[in-house]
Amino acid sequence: MNSSFFFGFADVAYFIAMMLYISYLAFRKSGIGMVATTVTVIGFVSQTVGILMRWAEFAEIGQMGWLRAVPLTNLYESLIFFVWCLILVYLVIEFKYKNKSFGAFITPVAALALAFIDISGMSKNIQPLVPALQSNWLLVHVMMSFISYALFSVSFSTGLMYLIVRSEKKNEASYIFWTVTLGIFITTLAAMGLDFLTFKVAFMGKQELIKSYLFKASFRSDSGAVVALSVAAWMAVTIFIWRFGYLLKKIISSFNISAEMLDELTYKSIAIGFPIFTLGGLIFGAIWADQAWGKYWTWDPKETWSLITWFMYAFFLHSRLIRGWKGRKVAAVAVLGFIAVIFTYLGVNLLLSGLHSYGGQ
Amino acid sequence: MTENKKKNIFDLIWNIFASVKTAVVIFGLISLSSIVGTILEQRADPEKNIKVLSKMFGLSHDAGRSVLGVLDTLGFTDMYHSWWFHAFLLLFAANLIICSLDRLPRVWKLVQEKIRPVPVDYIEKMSIKGSMTLKDKSAGIKRKIVSAMSSIGFKPAESSEGQTVQFYAEHGNYTRLGVYIVHLSILIMFIGAVLGVFFGYNAFLNLPEGETSSVAYRDGDAATPLGFDLRCDNFEVEYYPNSEMPKSYRSDLTVLKNGQDVMKKSIVVNDPLKFEGVTFYQSSFGVHPDGFGRGIIILKVAAQGGQAQQVNVKVGDKFTIPGTAIEGHVRDFSPALSFDESGKAFTFAEQMVNPAIFVDFSDKGVQKYSGWLLKRFPKTWDLPDGNRVEFLDLWGVLYTGMQVRKDPGVGIVYLGCIIMSIGLYMTFFMSHRRIWVSLIEEKTGVKIIIGASANRNRTTLERKVEKLLSMLGTEQKGGK
Repeated sequence: MNSSFFFGFADVAYFIAMMLYISYLAFRKSGIGMVATTVTVIGFVSQTVGILMRWAEFAEIGQMGWLRAVPLTNLYESLIFFVWCLILVYLVIEFKYKNKSFGAFITPVAALALAFIDISGMSKNIQPLVPALQSNWLLVHVMMSFISYALFSVSFSTGLMYLIVRSEKKNEASYIFWTVTLGIFITTLAAMGLDFLTFKVAFMGKQELIKSYLFKASFRSDSGAVVALSVAAWMAVTIFIWRFGYLLKKIISSFNISAEMLDELTYKSIAIGFPIFTLGGLIFGAIWADQAWGKYWTWDPKETWSLITWFMYAFFLHSRLIRGWKGRKVAAVAVLGFIAVIFTYLGVNLLLSGLHSYGGQ
Repeated sequence: MTENKKKNIFDLIWNIFASVKTAVVIFGLISLSSIVGTILEQRADPEKNIKVLSKMFGLSHDAGRSVLGVLDTLGFTDMYHSWWFHAFLLLFAANLIICSLDRLPRVWKLVQEKIRPVPVDYIEKMSIKGSMTLKDKSAGIKRKIVSAMSSIGFKPAESSEGQTVQFYAEHGNYTRLGVYIVHLSILIMFIGAVLGVFFGYNAFLNLPEGETSSVAYRDGDAATPLGFDLRCDNFEVEYYPNSEMPKSYRSDLTVLKNGQDVMKKSIVVNDPLKFEGVTFYQSSFGVHPDGFGRGIIILKVAAQGGQAQQVNVKVGDKFTIPGTAIEGHVRDFSPALSFDESGKAFTFAEQMVNPAIFVDFSDKGVQKYSGWLLKRFPKTWDLPDGNRVEFLDLWGVLYTGMQVRKDPGVGIVYLGCIIMSIGLYMTFFMSHRRIWVSLIEEKTGVKIIIGASANRNRTTLERKVEKLLSMLGTEQKGGK
């Protein structure tokens, strides 16, 4: 049994938990809720064991101490850790707020992400560390960054749900904002899925990197017709969500989730995520860069995008001070902030070049 | 009249800079322009950026070139050093200072203000409250309240008015300053960064093994005197087993002053050398432009069971194994030796990934055997007759590439980082908490009314108030 076995087991557990959480919401039997939580915890423990095993393997192969052999050095490992953080944050929320409704939203994300990691053909090999990564800062810098990313993604979903619940009319700015945002999200995910499928068919070998193939099957296709069709599909999805968005509102409202609770969760996750991101992501990153490269700040794309993210959430925290900026406008900032997070984490590695090129492999 | 007008203008500017909306605009300016800076590679070959532009927006090569021309004129190809980007940062600093100064007096007053007893009806309007009635009318109840309050972290003061006695306490009033400490820390970091720009430099130095330099080279090749000499004694690359991936590289450096050795240190990536404010970071390595011919092959030669002896040779030189008549003739050198399927040797890289020498051995002029000795594979060092030739190094060929930095502001930036961490902790994980506990004597007993407020993390205080109530007794507990 190796680490992949435990990751696979966790994936199955999250998938079962998802179905249990949904049936819990449908039937409101506390027994089902208990089982759902238990299955999630089992999946979480299994994932933890997987991460620890990989850590041990890494320490052995790299001939390094435990502190330096953190399994967080490529895209595969970082995505797994991200899912782990997400489940951890969810379990804390479930425990603190005694509310299992979010489980139906979080567990499918975790299950899908783990499944995507598994089938996307990302390199699972343990690669030895290049000299620049051999530092004790790797552990704190990367771990704290990912914990804050997980908290920010919680604020994104609660912020979006808040907008869904609080928007009344179809021609309101907030209604249009959330439908368009969700439309972009779903279309992007679908386009990436399509990329993945056609990539598997077109290139049998693994010489070609999937990152250079991003959106090639849709928006960046060589054929103009495909591009037009993709744009049309994107608009169709957005209009569909816009037309039937009120159904989503009904579903969320029936889940025993109040707008006040969503607002509080959005604020709390950012109020914890922001200092962790500042310290772990920016300050520790700067100290490490100072030790490794002799420059604490170089305007490298990753650094710049982290700063943009930081500005976004600093704005969120200050926006409550502006007169008339409560509720929906603030929630919209939380949603937009997460787009900066995604770009800092994935966009920079997949699209731009720079010193932080490890994450794209 | 004119003075009045002046004052108005000053007020206007002050108010603009003091507004959070201005801060948002500045955040936006910095963020949006930075995005362009992350897409265009900075200080790069124009062709590279033309490619990026034409790929991204589907432009032709010529259109891409003219778009880049416009962006170049606007300073976007080196935007983080452009005057307008620095102006944005300056505006950000000004906004931060004025915003903070504008709000600080009010907050300072709040921090200075000591907690005072309040009327009972005031307590009943507080966001966190609780009440209960105790039958125990004895004086012991006061002591009980004081000890219960101190067990949840408050040291109460006491006041009385008629039939009512009130205990009240607060802590963490200074945590209201946390936000301003964070603002201050950003300014401190700015000061550190500015000091670095004006009184420091970034340079590089490629130093071959055995050579000494008294200067480093800045962008544009300007030689900057170090104020001392630096010698590279040795440079070593260690590879992961069976791989061309470097595991670590190390330079053994010596600092000299007036010709005297004053400091020795081996540097690796993530562990630099510091001397008189100048820091040397291991960043790259390479082969000396003069090529491998200038190198000295260092061998450690020993007859079977005999004493080992170090010899230095060059390609074409001969050496003898001590105590024998066996002579080795170094015929060839390869920086990166590999064998093809037929067993034929070939060189696969320009870098010194797998250095090897080819040696012919003869005994009194009679050819005995010959073969490749590989630095990374000690198995190849044992000769068929039990003698041993260790290939230790090809010295004087590699250079170490170092980033050289002098930055008198870096300590101030670090100080800013520490202050920021403290400020963030105060802002997000601490709060100003106040609590009032009123005792009202009634005919049947004592009524206790508790009120509390916190500017943040209210739930923690709520839990503490609940704990307080349960400590005082569970009789006739009132609602929250």
